[in-house]
Amino acid sequence: MQGRKARRTVILAAVAALSVAISGCAKSDRNSGGGSSASGQTSSKDTLVFGAAGDPKLFDPAFASDGETFRVLKQIFEGLVKTKEGSADIEPALATKWENSADGKSWTFTLRQGVKFSDGTAFDAAAVCYNFDRWYNFKGAAQSPDVSAYWQDTFGGFKANESPDLPPSLYKSCTANGTDSATITLTDPTGRIPAALALPSFAMQSPTALKKYDADNVAAAGDTFQYPSYATAHPTGTGPYVYAGRDEAQKTVTITANPNYWGEKPKINKIVFKVISDNNARKQELQAGTIDGYDLVAPGDISGLKSAGEQVLDRPPFNILYLGMNQKNPALAKPQVRQAIAYAINRDALVKSSFPPAAVVAKEFMPPEVAGYADDVTTYNYDPAKAKQLLAQAGESNLTLNFYWPTEVSRPYMPDPKQIFTVISADLQKAGIKIKPVSKVWNSGYLTDVQTGKADLHLLGWTGDYNDAYNFDGTFFGRFKPDFGFTNKPLFDAIAKADATPDAAQRADQYKAINRQIMDFLPAVPLAHSPPSVALQSNVKNFVPSPVLNDEFALVYTTGQ
Amino acid sequence: MLRFVVRRLLQLIPILLGLSVLLFLWLRLLPGGPATALLGERATPERIAAINHAYGLDQPIWVQYWSYLKRVARFDFGDSIQTGRPVTEVLRTQFPGTVELTIAALIFAVGVGIPLGYFAARRHGGVLDNLSVVGSLIGVTIPVFFLAFLLKYVFAVKLGWLPPSGRQDVRIDATHITNLFVLDGLLTREYDASWDAVKHLILPAIALGTIPLAIIVRITRASVLDVVNEDYVRTAEAKGLTTSVIRRRHVLRNAMLPVVTTIGLQLGLLLSGAILTETVFAFPGIGQEIYSSILNKDYAVLQGTILVIAIVYVVINLVVDLTYGVLDPRVRVR
Repeated sequence: MQGRKARRTVILAAVAALSVAISGCAKSDRNSGGGSSASGQTSSKDTLVFGAAGDPKLFDPAFASDGETFRVLKQIFEGLVKTKEGSADIEPALATKWENSADGKSWTFTLRQGVKFSDGTAFDAAAVCYNFDRWYNFKGAAQSPDVSAYWQDTFGGFKANESPDLPPSLYKSCTANGTDSATITLTDPTGRIPAALALPSFAMQSPTALKKYDADNVAAAGDTFQYPSYATAHPTGTGPYVYAGRDEAQKTVTITANPNYWGEKPKINKIVFKVISDNNARKQELQAGTIDGYDLVAPGDISGLKSAGEQVLDRPPFNILYLGMNQKNPALAKPQVRQAIAYAINRDALVKSSFPPAAVVAKEFMPPEVAGYADDVTTYNYDPAKAKQLLAQAGESNLTLNFYWPTEVSRPYMPDPKQIFTVISADLQKAGIKIKPVSKVWNSGYLTDVQTGKADLHLLGWTGDYNDAYNFDGTFFGRFKPDFGFTNKPLFDAIAKADATPDAAQRADQYKAINRQIMDFLPAVPLAHSPPSVALQSNVKNFVPSPVLNDEFALVYTTGQ
Repeated sequence: MLRFVVRRLLQLIPILLGLSVLLFLWLRLLPGGPATALLGERATPERIAAINHAYGLDQPIWVQYWSYLKRVARFDFGDSIQTGRPVTEVLRTQFPGTVELTIAALIFAVGVGIPLGYFAARRHGGVLDNLSVVGSLIGVTIPVFFLAFLLKYVFAVKLGWLPPSGRQDVRIDATHITNLFVLDGLLTREYDASWDAVKHLILPAIALGTIPLAIIVRITRASVLDVVNEDYVRTAEAKGLTTSVIRRRHVLRNAMLPVVTTIGLQLGLLLSGAILTETVFAFPGIGQEIYSSILNKDYAVLQGTILVIAIVYVVINLVVDLTYGVLDPRVRVR
């Protein structure tokens, strides 16, 4: 009995000693003064918490391509050009002006003076060329399409392509003209430049930091890639904020104001991006006051949030949802059948019933803000009788089509896929088309099946990256795609020719003609441009939602506590 | 004893090997893959092929598996295909959240369940007994996610008494050492941070702990009812021991044997139940990580986290077996 007591005493003493030792080692990291109040809670004027739908991934913008990562990077980095607040049009950023050569192949950028990276090194022409040459010289794993996605989308390949599928690079060279001007030379003219340079992927990064933290060292390791510490912990740009850290346990990324920023100083000292993947949880956190705002508000939540006094701001819709039709199916290769499908869908009713209030019916495959949008394309207004007639003319009155729709996903252009599918499906059946519904999980079969041509009909769309018609027309119809299953050489050639036209006005005219051509050919049915919404606490001011998700937090402020 | 522990730990090897084969096959047989998850709308067959080639996913499955096994043998679980974070880092930061939630749920289930079961048995046939029987029946049948939504809606959204989601208010400048937030706050004397973490734990812990609570109430009640009628209890009464000594040393201790086994089994179920609870409460733990990894086809994270959960599950069972021996020397293992 005594032995047991003694053992208990020893154990208790050991636990007590261990606790004292641990608490002795464990020191609070809190600042004793400054922005923290006695309770450790900083004032809401100093800190803004924004609910993000997903994890920001890597902090090297050249390796990033998703909206959640861009949202953070946009505050830390700047490009030569940027989008105007609330618009997809570009304006000066680190370049104050730019001009194109007569042959359209050279772009000379005059650079802003007195700008420094957050590590104190100078931003100059040499830094611009270092960045462009870095992207052009990517090797190994950095050439994977997911790693350098936007370089490949915009400039094609690299100096030394390691895959036969990669096209030759549009980029040729960069020349520093002294310190305040740089000339980018291309192998061919393209309408994508300079608009694409507003993408965060083409942001200017500190050459010193890139070298110091071994930024290019992306290595394949088994079925994953290992990224260098630059991409995970040391992003260094010229923007109004600097990277302050990632709290993995809390799922947050924090940025703080850059004290040496060249432009107007940020109003809010600290921004915390908190990952809350569930839409409902984001809404409830806003209502509970634990976050100040969140993106991708579910359309069904808009009126409730507004009536509770929260702000709900619509992004100008810079996207498109379409009903894809695969011409691999011989019936869909007949123009009358594709037209019949277009006439069968009541798109006005669809937009009213299944999209947020500010959504509009799409006339063609790009939003009206894009240069090259044509007002006079062929339209297919709801006419089920005409649809039946066209089907009869085509000899397809007994048509059955498989119709793919995605589950477990909501996209900015497609807030509720099931609802949209249900409405369209009912319309098509009214016109006499039998529908075989196929629902698949977005990342588990849907995208694969659609993109390998298994669907007769499918729902898909796109949010524009930058304001150039190629980003829409070129993405969908610039080449053969199994989703649509057609080869239309005159259309492919016209898009390539328009993209290579240096003169902006001529290029816009060519795209207008292309849009007319597309709507006559009707490879898919454009359905809607839908505005994604941002919800904010009522005291958050000056938040201007960007159509291309380039929201700038630097000028946002809060009133009261 | 030591031989028993070693033998049980060695049994882990074939279990984990089998599990890793199943996981590896299951993930790769599912439609879609990391390439479509990474590329989304910009995917083309060429790009998907290029990504599969870059990540070695175009190699025969046994080659992929062998290369995976070699790395795991060096305790290298790989890196997340989505964020580039090493899986060991994901475990270090996310697992403590699940452990904290599981412990909180267990404290709730045991702390309420054993006394409730015990007192229900002592008042056999009384109001408390009947209430506990009916209540535990409801507790066992109510789905975790439904209870989670209900609790969240009433106590967080409508009444605003407790936070609706997360582990801690991110505006609180808290120091994290172990990533067990309640403990961290105590260790660093940031008591406000600790209290905030407790508040974030209450609703998810109740949601997660209700089924184990109901089971523990029923088992404790039944077990105590069995034991009080045993001969040795009557003998103890006959030899004049006080009621409190009889209850503590003879009734409760013997009644605890099946309860401990139940708790051990429930602990494993709590870990799996945490996936649902964490998702509903946007609670950053390993469950949420698994959920998002399934959506994003993040093979490395899924394989690593599920393997570690399996190890924890087996170790918990081992600990339960050993505890059994401590409580009842007759079944002490050799």
